[in-house]
Amino acid sequence: MAAIEILDLEKSYLVGFWRKRPKLALRRLRLTIEEGEVFGFLGPNGAGKTTTLKLLMGLVFPTAGTARILGLDMDDPRVKSQIGFLPEQPYFYDHLTARELLNYYGQLSGVPAKGRSARVEQMLARVGLSDSAGVQLRKFSKGMLQRVGLAQAILHEPKLVFLDEPMSGLDPMGRREVRDLIQQLRHEGKTVFFSTHILSDAEALCDRVGVIHQGELRGVGAVAELTSETQGKVEIVFFAEQVPAALASLGAEARVSGDMVNAVLPEEQQDAALDVLRRERIKLISLTPVRRSLEEYYIQKLQPNEGRKDDGRNEDDRKQESRKGVGV
Amino acid sequence: MNSRIAYIAFNTFREAVRDRVLYNLIAFALLLSGAAILVGEVSIDIERLVVVNLGLTAVSLFGVVIAIFIGIGLVSKEIEKRTLYTVLSRPVLRWEFVVGKFFGLTGTLVVNTFFMAVGVLLALLYVAHKFEKMDAWVLVALYFIILQFLIVCGLALFFSSFSTPLMSAVFTFALFVIGSLAEDLRGFARITQGVAGLLAKSIAYLVPNFSALNVINQVAHGDAIPGRLILYNSVYALLYSAMAISGAVLIFQRRNLK
Repeated sequence: MAAIEILDLEKSYLVGFWRKRPKLALRRLRLTIEEGEVFGFLGPNGAGKTTTLKLLMGLVFPTAGTARILGLDMDDPRVKSQIGFLPEQPYFYDHLTARELLNYYGQLSGVPAKGRSARVEQMLARVGLSDSAGVQLRKFSKGMLQRVGLAQAILHEPKLVFLDEPMSGLDPMGRREVRDLIQQLRHEGKTVFFSTHILSDAEALCDRVGVIHQGELRGVGAVAELTSETQGKVEIVFFAEQVPAALASLGAEARVSGDMVNAVLPEEQQDAALDVLRRERIKLISLTPVRRSLEEYYIQKLQPNEGRKDDGRNEDDRKQESRKGVGV
Repeated sequence: MNSRIAYIAFNTFREAVRDRVLYNLIAFALLLSGAAILVGEVSIDIERLVVVNLGLTAVSLFGVVIAIFIGIGLVSKEIEKRTLYTVLSRPVLRWEFVVGKFFGLTGTLVVNTFFMAVGVLLALLYVAHKFEKMDAWVLVALYFIILQFLIVCGLALFFSSFSTPLMSAVFTFALFVIGSLAEDLRGFARITQGVAGLLAKSIAYLVPNFSALNVINQVAHGDAIPGRLILYNSVYALLYSAMAISGAVLIFQRRNLK
């Protein structure tokens, strides 16, 4: 069963003084996330990531389309007890302590009174806030609030977790901790749908990513596949203080740093380049095919009209759907 | 009560207490004790009248100010600060949230009024040296004041479900003032004819009748409050506040939380 099936979800707001001019925030989004998958929703600020999450959370209402979450209609009240949500830059009741806040959310989520306190303490320990559990949230730093946010999102052991920019505003250590937590959720078999514009996090964590721009899904792909595509080039690293002239004549783009040279050249020149190194008795360090990075995929998808077809979907969607057997 | 509503109500109450809303009691206590001492010094035989009048009016005004200023932010503040997102992403229905907030605020006001009532009764005891039978009507007046708060909270919540906090405060306060003159308005409507009469009648019966809920002057003079009025006012306040809350729920159910 798919964890999330988004079926042509669309959202437009009425703007202007008389609120008569529609502004499209999300255009016919069609997307399927499988159970147990970690899915990264990528896009620049204002692309429609948060709108999508708000639609799925029932915080805003769609202009058209619908979605099914864990096999239930997105409006079904039963959905909410099985999902967790961390909003972007979360703000919580700052008159409460972290412990009180989690207890309150536990109550609202229907966590049984028996064992709720233990669960709260467990979550506080999991996000490293046991020592600050009795401190009012108004005294918390941004990073600490983000941790509380993560704790409240997984407190009731949801099957599906939505995280809106979970690494935003965190220091490197905090980002690392959030990454570890998402990895743990994956190991626990939970589905994670998170939005981000930090591509290295998406590359490290996600099974698949989707790129959204100007309210439109521009592409969906499996990270492993996207980053395994070679680009017909190889990268050669070797010890030398300058680029051998023979190598430059093969069309290599080389960069010298210290006593090492890093050269990128067409795949068909690989043997000739190795011959040059052998001939000049240069010690080779590595030779690797140049693969496409997630960043390159992302940038490519942000180009105007990239990947769009007449039906509003794109090539990656088609590939994914045919691989997963999703009907269109 | 639905348990989620109770949790939301308790959290609202706790927030008000921690935001030092009950500190108004200090100002109230100072005002009342000052007045009681002063009245004891300068007036002859009207101590009771002055203390009851001043005390109950202060209870009403302090409570209305709290009801308006917290009521207008109950929903809008949660939207603005986005605290609502993590609540509504749980199995909490929107109407439960609105009703929970309403009960939380009215609960705060009841507790606040309880302490003020104790203050009024102590001041009364100070100036009169003993309680009399007619002092029981003071409790009825306090009950009516709480009924006023129910309506004011409902109106503040209703206006804040679609308007800015400032406009909500203005609308609610304006309705409180007009509603306090409801009996005069109804009298005016009775003697006016034609379209103006119809308009006056509509307004007179549409605005909340706060004047019927104000029996401070009667109890200050030791007059009895008819049982029929207690019943009528109770039903009226419950229906009126329920209507205001229903309106707030209807609007909030459809609202996009941008």
